[in-house]
Amino acid sequence: MPEQAATLTSQQKTTSRRPAGTLYRGREGMWSWVLHRITGVAIFFFLLVHILDTALVRVSPEAYNAVIASYQTPIMGLGEVALVGAIVFHAFNGLRIILIDFWNAKYQKAMFYVVIALWVVTMLAFVPRHLINVFSH
Amino acid sequence: MTTTIEAPRSPYARSPKKRGVNWEKWGWIYMRVSGVVLVVLIFGHLFVNLMVGEGVSALNFAFVAGKLTTPFWMVWDVLMLWLALIHGGNGMRTLVNDYATQRLTRGILKSAILAAVVILIVLGTLVVFTFDPCPAGSPADLLPSFCSAI
Repeated sequence: MPEQAATLTSQQKTTSRRPAGTLYRGREGMWSWVLHRITGVAIFFFLLVHILDTALVRVSPEAYNAVIASYQTPIMGLGEVALVGAIVFHAFNGLRIILIDFWNAKYQKAMFYVVIALWVVTMLAFVPRHLINVFSH
Repeated sequence: MTTTIEAPRSPYARSPKKRGVNWEKWGWIYMRVSGVVLVVLIFGHLFVNLMVGEGVSALNFAFVAGKLTTPFWMVWDVLMLWLALIHGGNGMRTLVNDYATQRLTRGILKSAILAAVVILIVLGTLVVFTFDPCPAGSPADLLPSFCSAI
């Protein structure tokens, strides 16, 4: 009943279905939060592995080259696309969170779509070039 | 058993019993400050290692040796190491606090996170500052070109 809804104040409209005062419940605010957590955990575990594999430069050139060769295979190449995708989303959405906290929460939905747009542009710049590097060697 | 749920709009207030440094507040600030710096550091890291030249296919010991003997990249990598591990560890701590319901489970998980962060920061920092780009007895074709000049 859109006519009826239009006569209600914004406060009344929001209290019926979801609590007012949070942007993390439902729709863009919630899904960006869910994605931020999932990408954050994934990046954290990659970081643990990545420090250990890089530490092999202190063991021997052979040991380091052997492990880095596994990062250059086609399957890991696709994994790197997923990793960079996660990092780029986490980075841009992190900047969005900072803008919500220090600037204005009013634009959080619009900023979520800006995050997605910037993610697409960044991935368009990265993925083709990376896949060429992976599959042509 | 009844549970009281605070009204969603009631402002956050620290318990009056708590005194001293507000670590949660500084953790919150740290996530934002380190986050901004990490965007620059990690985007630069990904660009140089995956986009320039042949990207991931060009990575090997000689490539890393070239970077880890350049003071600029040593500072870059050590900053990235510390900022990212503490940022990630603090993020994981938030998740454990949210999802682990038992006090003991939370304690074990957060101790494991702290141990991983401390061990990897020490390991990574030692690797960067004790790195030998020309280890004796290694085949010359695996080493950076400047090793043959020594």
